[in-house]
Amino acid sequence: MSGMFVHNLRLGAASLRRNVLLTTLMIMSIGFGVAASMVTFAVFRAVSGDPIPQKSSQLFVPLIDNRGPQYNRHGEPPSALNYVDAVALMRAHKAVRQTMLYPVGLSVMPDDPHRMPFKAPGYATYGDFFSMFDVPFLFGSGWSDTEDEAREPVIVISRELNQKLFGGSNSVGQRLVLDDKQYRIVGVTNKWDPKPRFFDTFSGNAYADPAQIYIPFTYAIAQHIDTRGNNNCGSDGKRGDTWDSWLQGECVWINPWVELDNAAQVQAYRQFLDGYAREQREAGRFNWAPNNRLRDVREWLDYQRAVPPESRISMTLAFGFLLICLVNTIGLLLAKFMRRAPEIGVRRALGASRGDIYRQFLAEAAMVGLAGGALGLMFTAIGMLGLGMVFEPQIARLAHLDVSLMLLTLLVAILATVVAAFYPTWRAAQVQPAWQLKSN
Amino acid sequence: MQIKPILSALRRHKAGTFLIAAQIALTLAIVCNALFIIQQRVAHLSEPSGIDEANIFVIKSEWVGAPAPDQADAQMREDLQVLRQLPGVQNVTPSNSYPLRGDGWDDAIRLKPDQVQDSSGATIYFADENFLDTLDLKLIAGRNFRAEEIGHMDLRYKLAPPVVIITKALAEKLFPGETAVGKTIYLIGGPATVIGEVELLQAQSVEHWASEFAYRSVIIPERLNVSLGAFYIVRARPGQLETAMPAAVKALFAHNPRRVINEDDGVLSFSDVRSRAYESDRGMAILMGVICAVLLAVTAAGIVGLTSFWVGQRRKQIGVRRALGATRRDILNYFMTENLLISVGGVLFGAVLAIAINLWMVTRFEMHHLSMVYLMAGVAMLLLLGQGAVLAPALRASRVPPVEATRSV
Repeated sequence: MSGMFVHNLRLGAASLRRNVLLTTLMIMSIGFGVAASMVTFAVFRAVSGDPIPQKSSQLFVPLIDNRGPQYNRHGEPPSALNYVDAVALMRAHKAVRQTMLYPVGLSVMPDDPHRMPFKAPGYATYGDFFSMFDVPFLFGSGWSDTEDEAREPVIVISRELNQKLFGGSNSVGQRLVLDDKQYRIVGVTNKWDPKPRFFDTFSGNAYADPAQIYIPFTYAIAQHIDTRGNNNCGSDGKRGDTWDSWLQGECVWINPWVELDNAAQVQAYRQFLDGYAREQREAGRFNWAPNNRLRDVREWLDYQRAVPPESRISMTLAFGFLLICLVNTIGLLLAKFMRRAPEIGVRRALGASRGDIYRQFLAEAAMVGLAGGALGLMFTAIGMLGLGMVFEPQIARLAHLDVSLMLLTLLVAILATVVAAFYPTWRAAQVQPAWQLKSN
Repeated sequence: MQIKPILSALRRHKAGTFLIAAQIALTLAIVCNALFIIQQRVAHLSEPSGIDEANIFVIKSEWVGAPAPDQADAQMREDLQVLRQLPGVQNVTPSNSYPLRGDGWDDAIRLKPDQVQDSSGATIYFADENFLDTLDLKLIAGRNFRAEEIGHMDLRYKLAPPVVIITKALAEKLFPGETAVGKTIYLIGGPATVIGEVELLQAQSVEHWASEFAYRSVIIPERLNVSLGAFYIVRARPGQLETAMPAAVKALFAHNPRRVINEDDGVLSFSDVRSRAYESDRGMAILMGVICAVLLAVTAAGIVGLTSFWVGQRRKQIGVRRALGATRRDILNYFMTENLLISVGGVLFGAVLAIAINLWMVTRFEMHHLSMVYLMAGVAMLLLLGQGAVLAPALRASRVPPVEATRSV
């Protein structure tokens, strides 16, 4: 059987050399179709993947409508919290773990006067951040509730910043001055940069450069460190005009995250949010019914439209393109196979069964698919180099040609061609031995 | 040309006919939509900013040490002085943002203090008296700010300047058919009198969500002092942009080194700003163009392949027709007409499919409705493509000699 299979593949390979024009057209067509699909799929895969698969169904964004039906958009609460609600959720401590975070950028003045000062981007957050998001550490660890409560100037820095400032050595316990304030380094993260950065889509940082620092939220607030991200104030005017009244105002700028391990906890947390909103209503702050949301990572990314529309549009069109290439292949295979009707007639007259014809021609199609796939692989590699021309650099750099994509390219090419070959093969197998012999 | 014999011949080649028609239909559907996307994106990235793009560059200067608002303002004024003294600099103005930046302050504009729904959204540009000249904005009514009208404010102070300048687009939205100068508008912090109107000033964002107020901007006579830093918009003297950019950075650091000017994007010429803002639009246009070109080539190749096969299959019949008196031209016409019939079937189906795909994209990707011009252009393009592709095999068919009728296959 396997000997027969190899024989069929040989026949297929030999037949590729006949009808060079048709064969070339088919291989080119499959190559282009597969490459266009694979390149756009690589981008789509990179931007639509689950950034934290092991925990994406346990991490939730709680949102509270602090604006009311008159001012919110399409009935949705704003996509972040104001300071009052953020602090209330932290105090209530109703989830397994919880954190608030907002983007900050602190200036680093290198000791060496010849090196330019630079901004280290990062987040003001709570100690739970590191365990909630499974942040890997190279040295040390995150900080604990104690530091949060005491508003201590501790800091976790990235591996990259540690390399830049300390040459990669263990800097835990060292002092670091940022914007004239002294921090104590408690941890150095290993390479960690989930894409899209699900926890900060609010400020448009889904594809931003990796964070380099993490400091306690409580310390940042005490030091009046401004958010480097978005402020969404709505149009009701309750904004506040000093630091303190701003914190009490209704502008939203803080990303809330909670960890809930099972459905019962999720249900309980929803009830807690509704209870909180009702309390606010009784206190006179809200004059509308509770309108809260609790979305897990996938629902949140979907709601925030983290996948750029360009990626979806281009992938949709590329698969349409592949479909056309396949229709094209069906036609060309039909021409190629039917041209050999006399040969089929002879083989059938000499005792070949329909099954033999099927096997021979499908094997031949597989050879065409393999050749198309190899060409497609080459086009895909070229296409990946050209991605920077088509997508924004921060998105283009996420996509890469790895082994799985290479295998997928070959597999799609072969499978698609074999599927396309079913109809032409069926037609070939219908050739009547007697009729063909007579006509000759 | 008799169509009936062609149709009856096609009935004997149902599969091939269907495949070519299907391919033409699918190609038309995709090419129309791709061309339409290209046109939309190109139109979007060709929208004018309203400023003197050739000579403008922008410096993003971030403070070290988070200075308090008054101190930040003093530092900012010193910086402006430093920049203005440079030989290559014509004018300079501080702002919180600039057209095409992609981030900034958008806010609600109302006509009455107690109004619930906004009259319009608008981009808020903070400015001093040099803003109009630096950006080269055309004042079409009223006057510019006077130096003594320029205040300064912290990010969180009430946005309530006594006077503002607005764009023509905003004026037309708020006061259709009337002059805006002298009227009162309500910003979030209180009323402001419109003292001037400028012709054109694009919003800070060119994203879809901001398209509603794309040219509606309000210019506020305040220097915005944020502890993080500020933008200095600089207009270089003609032809001196290249030298003025590094000179400006050097002078700022020489004056006050406690600042960060990012190496990658700290100083951007406006052409850099433009290409960054429209990266995804340009990319989509290129991608769609490549897909269209390859798609048309593949479809043409498919038609050539299948028609060649048909010609090969029918050599004997062609020979018989020639022997019975058909001219070469008749044979050529036969294949051309055959292709035209298949193509017409394909484009009819393809047109429906193109509209269906477009409607789906309208709901899914916030696209516009496909203009019929693109559909017609696509139809014409595919009919021509079909005729062009069939020409070579048809010519070969027309050269089949009559003697072929006597040969066996």
